[in-house]
Amino acid sequence: MTALTLSIGGRERQVNPWFFIWIAAIGIAVGFYFLREAAPWAFKYPRGWIIPLRFWITDFVKWLLNGFDLGLFTFKELTRSISWLVEQPYDMVRSLLADGFKEGQGSDAIEVFPRVSWIAAVIIVAMMGHFARDWKLAALGAACFFYLAVFGQWDSAMVTLSSIAIAVPFGVVGGISLGILGFRSPFFRAIISPVLDLMQTVPVFAYLVPILILFGFGPVSAMIATIIYAMPPMVRVTMLALKQVPAEVIEFGRMAGCTTRQMMWKVMIPSAKPTLMVGFNQVVMLSLNMVIIASMIGAGGLGFDVLNALKRLRIGEGIEAGVAITLLAIALDRLSQAIAHKAQPGHEVITRNIWQRHPYLMGAAGLLVVTWGLGVFFPSVQTYPESLHLTTGTFWDGVVKWININFFNQLDGMKNFLLLNAMIPIKRFLLSLPWVVVVGFVTLAGLQLGGWRLGVLVGLLALFIVVVGQWPKSMITVYLCGMAVFIAGCIGIPIGIYAALNDRFHRFIQVVVDTLQTLPSFVYLMPVVMLFRVGDFAALLAVIAYAITPAIRYTDHGIRRVPPHLIEASIAAGCTPLQILWKVRLPMALPEIMLGINQTIMMALSMLVITALVGTRDLGQEVYIALTKADSGRGLVAGLCVAFIAIIADRLINAWSVKRKAELGLD
Amino acid sequence: MASEISPHPVKLACRGVWKIFGDNATRFLADKNNAPSDSELIDAGMIAAVRDATLEIPEGEIFIIMGLSGSGKSTMVRCLSRLIEPTAGEVLFEGQDLLKTSPKDMIEIRRHKMGMVFQHFALLPHLTVLGNVAFPLEVQGIDKKTREGRALEVIELVGLSGREGYYPRELSGGQQQRVGIARSLAVEPDIWFLDEPFSALDPLIRREMQDEFLRLQQMLKKTIVFITHDFDEAIRLADHIAIMKDGEIIQIGTPEELVMHPATDYVAEFTRGIPRAKVLTAQAVMEAPTAGEYSVQVRFDSRLEELGANILHADKPFAVIDENEAVIGQISRDAVLEILVGAPNDDADTGNAGAS
Repeated sequence: MTALTLSIGGRERQVNPWFFIWIAAIGIAVGFYFLREAAPWAFKYPRGWIIPLRFWITDFVKWLLNGFDLGLFTFKELTRSISWLVEQPYDMVRSLLADGFKEGQGSDAIEVFPRVSWIAAVIIVAMMGHFARDWKLAALGAACFFYLAVFGQWDSAMVTLSSIAIAVPFGVVGGISLGILGFRSPFFRAIISPVLDLMQTVPVFAYLVPILILFGFGPVSAMIATIIYAMPPMVRVTMLALKQVPAEVIEFGRMAGCTTRQMMWKVMIPSAKPTLMVGFNQVVMLSLNMVIIASMIGAGGLGFDVLNALKRLRIGEGIEAGVAITLLAIALDRLSQAIAHKAQPGHEVITRNIWQRHPYLMGAAGLLVVTWGLGVFFPSVQTYPESLHLTTGTFWDGVVKWININFFNQLDGMKNFLLLNAMIPIKRFLLSLPWVVVVGFVTLAGLQLGGWRLGVLVGLLALFIVVVGQWPKSMITVYLCGMAVFIAGCIGIPIGIYAALNDRFHRFIQVVVDTLQTLPSFVYLMPVVMLFRVGDFAALLAVIAYAITPAIRYTDHGIRRVPPHLIEASIAAGCTPLQILWKVRLPMALPEIMLGINQTIMMALSMLVITALVGTRDLGQEVYIALTKADSGRGLVAGLCVAFIAIIADRLINAWSVKRKAELGLD
Repeated sequence: MASEISPHPVKLACRGVWKIFGDNATRFLADKNNAPSDSELIDAGMIAAVRDATLEIPEGEIFIIMGLSGSGKSTMVRCLSRLIEPTAGEVLFEGQDLLKTSPKDMIEIRRHKMGMVFQHFALLPHLTVLGNVAFPLEVQGIDKKTREGRALEVIELVGLSGREGYYPRELSGGQQQRVGIARSLAVEPDIWFLDEPFSALDPLIRREMQDEFLRLQQMLKKTIVFITHDFDEAIRLADHIAIMKDGEIIQIGTPEELVMHPATDYVAEFTRGIPRAKVLTAQAVMEAPTAGEYSVQVRFDSRLEELGANILHADKPFAVIDENEAVIGQISRDAVLEILVGAPNDDADTGNAGAS
């Protein structure tokens, strides 16, 4: 857009034409309020105009399940065979870790071979820690698992762990395969990229619904949901890692006369391994997050314990299971990271003995044999004795009681103050906006930031939300998300700034942020329910706590990345530290900070759906209802609306950030 | 353009090779009858990395392609090895047009007849020295014992014995490039491409590696295509040099010819600071033998700077001998002195103070 030149008071001034376009747009918007009577459709989208997409989808899924015949076999048989395929290894691992190998049905089953004893598991985790890094990691891993045993979370944790143990290899292998396809074929890449975008923005609950319908309620469909959820980042990482293999290495492969297959498996994949391992860590953590959530469709394990506690408001039990999830998450994250970044061994010392070549593997095998043997005679070696279980459940219940007795007025007052003065007015205002105006504004912002392509894209996405009849609930989602992001920004950005300027605080906050990021979203629900019970306010706090990490991290990173010569130049120019911050550091870091806010929005939206469990009335609730009613159309449509809100925010902010970075000459 | 007819048969040649980057480059080039002008290229938004290159590389020679960055030398060597598909022209390897060779045959040729060394070594990080060197044999499907035996031989050849079990990251840059060299020699290639092999190394190591390279070539007598941006390096190593600028080969000749008879100002600019003693061979300055007495015998292909060490004790002329140690000429002490002390072909060279 070329700037207009205006003559104001005899002085020539450059004025951005967008200024006038926005003035005009706001004028039209205000005009709509006077036309309220004449054009009621602009405020409340008429029921008759709604496209019944959700019913179409529901019918389609029903048809898939009942009527779709692929010729040789039906669709139902296909889903059944997929379930069977996943079920076999899962049953094996679950027997090994959690249930023991049994013969017979139900309660008559006789254990033929016991599961891995708790002692063996704790020691093996320690060995893995030592193998991957050092004694400190070994101690951390062992401590986390020891907690699970002592606090009676062992059985649930092992069920959760077996799901992860199966989901991770499926996710990694599937992700790498799809990634290779995407790398090789531009056509396939063009198809898969938007699908990956969508998968990462559609809230997880939304695709739990069709999976529930196609695969039924139970651990296997939970597993399939987990695999689907954890795979997209691996696909992306694989494509990126393969692209990053140095051109010379590929040229070498060709000069050595590699066939296409040799090139991929002997040259490219091994060269890309360090990056691929980062994807491995992500798959592990996403699997854990999803296995917890998938307790809603029958995954069992720790997630089920939390869910159960939430439903019955047994805060103590919930927190105990939540802490168990947290510790499991920390142990898995640190271990998988250490394995991913494991220093490659130095040059080989030739050894012949199998014990010397594989000390860890042989040690673990020996340990298993010994503990199985001992377990026959000493049951406490096999299963941690129940009489020695500790429980903090009653303690936490006591804490909740104590807080409610002593601080009820303060907490409730704070909640009501915020609700009445900020949250409810904003919610009312957003709900009163005519959809025509909002869609128009979104389109206009797209046009300004990214040209007509972006404008049309975001406009159509917003229009989709209108025509499928989800406008009011979407506005509640926008309101909750907006509030949460605003508050997260207000808290997170100053923390990030301070962390960027102070190295000690930076190291401290780094540990906190790392830990917060490893926690599955479910865990955040427990403390807020404990303090504020259910409702918008509790949901808001959970969303803020979950989504604040990128705001801190990107701010910190963005400010640290400001080129040092600029800081030196401003010191030389005589700036005070405060001036350097306001006039140099922050403006230069702003594009990066906005990317952090963008991430915060994405995380807030994904968390919002989960907070439906504590009683919000937005799109999350819609998805949640669909899940309980197994209505795939309803769930998917609401899920798509959440995804589209996410994509609109993401595209607009990214377009702004790219534009601004180019203007500042960064990157 | 090569003024001297080499006694050896041509191993690798290319004729009229073009490499143009841009959409529909092939059709564009055909439309312009394989001779687009600069302005036509610019108008079409095309970039010509190699323009109408023709050269012949005789067997057993070190042929150096020299040019500054952006001159197209890297693209040139990739056209010769067909890592990049040229837009037009032919590349003849042992008389066979590589550009018409099927991908399958190409793999066979690369497996058995070509070796390449890369600027940044391009070693595989997950393999040991032994694994890296044996890799080209591994992809051929040769069994482990045979390929590792062969790999150990070449590792010894490049002086890395004892490091077989090391990983690339445990080695210095010079050692890594030795691995790269060993790896490219493992298949006993007929033609050996080296793409700026020493550019990423420190000057001292670079010098050492050049000596090492000459030692290897003395033993192996490979046909070599060597890319460099360093004229000193080119002079030191080359039998023939092709100088490239903006995708065009502007002169091909021996180091002597380039220094003594630069074809363009651009070439002259390169050769300016080069002392003549570094490039002139005994053969080039010798006179007919007078059958008198000689102080020292020198080979016909030794550079004059090598004669300097003997000059103080030489009261009689040097005898110039050929490969069969027969005397084919002589050089007077004064003639050597004049070149050593005196006039480089430009006064810019200050290496010899007090010269005329």
